[in-house]
Amino acid sequence: MHSFGYRANALLTFAVTILALMCAMASFSDNLNHPSPSSSVQVLNVNWFQKQPNGNDEVSLTLNISADLQSLFTWNTKQVFVFLAAEYETPKNSLNQISLWDGIIASKEHAKFWTHTSNKYRFIDQGSNLRGKEFNLTLHWHVMPKTGKMFADKLVMSGYRLPKEYR
Amino acid sequence: MDWQGQKLAEQLMQILLLAFAVVSFGTGYVLGSFQMMMLIYAGGVVLTTLVTVPNWPFFNRHPLKWLDPSEAEKHPKPQQQQAVSSKKKPAKK
Repeated sequence: MHSFGYRANALLTFAVTILALMCAMASFSDNLNHPSPSSSVQVLNVNWFQKQPNGNDEVSLTLNISADLQSLFTWNTKQVFVFLAAEYETPKNSLNQISLWDGIIASKEHAKFWTHTSNKYRFIDQGSNLRGKEFNLTLHWHVMPKTGKMFADKLVMSGYRLPKEYR
Repeated sequence: MDWQGQKLAEQLMQILLLAFAVVSFGTGYVLGSFQMMMLIYAGGVVLTTLVTVPNWPFFNRHPLKWLDPSEAEKHPKPQQQQAVSSKKKPAKK
């Protein structure tokens, strides 16, 4: 500590070490938050449902998505990425996941929302398995913190069924 | 900066930084504001820099009292010859 440079160096090193420690504690504090998110999705309409020339089924839905993800936000949350996936089983694949809609929630104020939309990304099956298919709509989210590790979780909503005929 | 000043500077630095870290983390957590934590800590680091890095007069209150040069010449060190040949200057801190 005898010279200006030595003191400046020691201070900077110690300050950054403590900063890292504070960030680690902030990240740890996220574990104290027990979120209780809720959501519900209504399929308002099947706009069209057809077989593509290449043999894959495609369906267009009108959805009403509402969710309350405010409890996911803590002081260490930067943003939340949320997407809605259709999940179903076919003889070939035990789990098919198709992302229908997604969004980025930047703040707690915007975390309680509802939206009325047709599916943002195309709902196409690998094959022709969608007629009369029962499927789940699952709301997945990834919580991106300011420091520390990302969290991901989901909410499964079941009991949806596609029509038996093309339209 | 004298010996005691150096010790004081180091202790001041550590205590101030730790105190600001605790205060800023507590404030940030209670207010739910990460930005507030960062601002308070940044302010703390700047303040600590201003207090401990420049060579303030209060770090120089205990100067070492060296012997007068003429006094030292009257009592030469026995190993003076050896010390010169090894060319190791005592580190002045």
